[in-house]
Amino acid sequence: MTMEQWIERALFACALFCSLCVTAVFGFLVYFSWPLFLDAQGLAAVFSWVWKPFMGSFGILPMVAGTFGLAVLALGIAYPLAIGVACFTHGLAPARIRNAALSLVYFMTSIPTVIYGFVSVFILVPFFRDHFERGTGFCLMTSAITLAVLIVPTIVISLRAEMGQKSEEVRLAARSLGMTPAQELLWVLLPCSGRGLVIAAVLGFGRAVGDTLVALMVAGNAPVVPRSLLDSIRTLTAHIALVVATDSQDRSYHSIFAAGLMLFLIMAGLTMVIRGLAMRIGKGKERHDSAA
Amino acid sequence: MTVRPERLFVAFSWLAAGLVAVSVGVLVAYLLMRGWPVLSSALLFGDTPWLAAVLGSEPVFDGIYPAVAGTFILIACSSVIAIPFGICCGIYLAEYAQGRLKAIFSFMVDLLSGMPSIVMGLFGFALILLMRRTLFGHANTSLMLSSACIALLILPYLIRMTQVALESLPDKARLLGLSLGYTRWQNILHVKLPAASTAIFSGIVLSIGRAAEDTAVIMLTGVVANAGIPRALSDKFEALPFTIFYLTAEHRNDTELQTAFGCALVLLFITGTLFFVSYFIRKNLQRSWGQGE
Repeated sequence: MTMEQWIERALFACALFCSLCVTAVFGFLVYFSWPLFLDAQGLAAVFSWVWKPFMGSFGILPMVAGTFGLAVLALGIAYPLAIGVACFTHGLAPARIRNAALSLVYFMTSIPTVIYGFVSVFILVPFFRDHFERGTGFCLMTSAITLAVLIVPTIVISLRAEMGQKSEEVRLAARSLGMTPAQELLWVLLPCSGRGLVIAAVLGFGRAVGDTLVALMVAGNAPVVPRSLLDSIRTLTAHIALVVATDSQDRSYHSIFAAGLMLFLIMAGLTMVIRGLAMRIGKGKERHDSAA
Repeated sequence: MTVRPERLFVAFSWLAAGLVAVSVGVLVAYLLMRGWPVLSSALLFGDTPWLAAVLGSEPVFDGIYPAVAGTFILIACSSVIAIPFGICCGIYLAEYAQGRLKAIFSFMVDLLSGMPSIVMGLFGFALILLMRRTLFGHANTSLMLSSACIALLILPYLIRMTQVALESLPDKARLLGLSLGYTRWQNILHVKLPAASTAIFSGIVLSIGRAAEDTAVIMLTGVVANAGIPRALSDKFEALPFTIFYLTAEHRNDTELQTAFGCALVLLFITGTLFFVSYFIRKNLQRSWGQGE
């Protein structure tokens, strides 16, 4: 066999190994949560609303609710902001400010999550503690605001990729109709970028679901279903970190692998949604690079 | 006169950009304000003489030097694993993979890049559980395990960066070698990789930043609050992001809180530096190929 073929095989082996790693992650999660799926009782115990490991209740549903509540709320705050910023950097701002704003957005992606959480603990949490009668400040609302700041750049970068492509198609038409940049953005470009808007939202949502540190540091970690914005919550990700750090009971280990499996499936689902959408647009690659 | 929607829209976009800028500004300013006064050699080394600490002849107890060193060692170990692998996978995806196979591999990379870091940590943790149950009863979480999991975490960035760098080369760079009689691999090695090297390098710097900042993975795979400098790959270790997290939750007195602020500033400085290095490489790159906006 020639050198060329050996090299191709070696490179193929690398790619194969990488894929095997992903499969291995999935396999391990399934393997370790498998005992739960064998008896109906175990399954019912995990999919219940009570987490009291010392009394034999290992329900992770409150954490599922926490995860989705937090992610939806954070997206709700971040998404309009991100659209504003994306439009700002795509023609509404004067060139100088535009470049500064863009640099800022990229810089935000480099700030460690633990630092977002850290600063939030010392600024946002005391603020909420002092200005609302209830709670300690470690709650759904504070963590959602923090998380929103964290996911803004993800959404902005993804949106800009889409708007950049679409803009080339529509710019001349819009300009020839005498539209101002603002009119062009609002009435032509944004309505045209429907799928891009969805993809950006899904990416931001995924980032919010997958984040551990902000929830762990700021959300208070009470394993209950939140009833108000000032309630303390626990997410699936924080749950895994907490249980590994503290518990050593066999049954709680099974439940964290179930939590991990659930996170894996959520993210796989979101990835497929994005791929499906991107494939229909045709060029999905650039957009997906801004993932996570 | 009614307010035209575009006006509102423009005002809103300024407001959004302003809000985001203010929140980042407050974050950085607050860290600088609280962290700057703390920065000193005492923050790093405590009471230990710095030369003795760096040479490893005396342990450091009150300083964050072990955490800083741990972070750099972690970065080095995970880069050694991830960079060659990532670049090879990237080359394969860009140059060799075709059709269904390419679709499958690239889906796997997408899946990997979407994976929450805590799941990656859980994977490492599960690996140890499995090893204990089977062949290696003494297996424990360690620097090696953390490095491997972090490597897996940054792998997708490296792969994508390499792939995009190769695929976005202008046609002249693509065809030059082939027209001179290079084989496929020779063309990749001598023409395309050098041409794409700046972009790949900026991707490497960016992924090193990810390795430095991630906390969730190492929490589950071997970082501890007090370990000193790791002497072997099987040792536990300290790392900056974990120290910040730990001190936030567990600080017993004001000095420890001050240390946390110092740590946060040092970490922000490290990731910030990596970011700016990658940013400027990228900027020069756009100029050199004339591919800017």
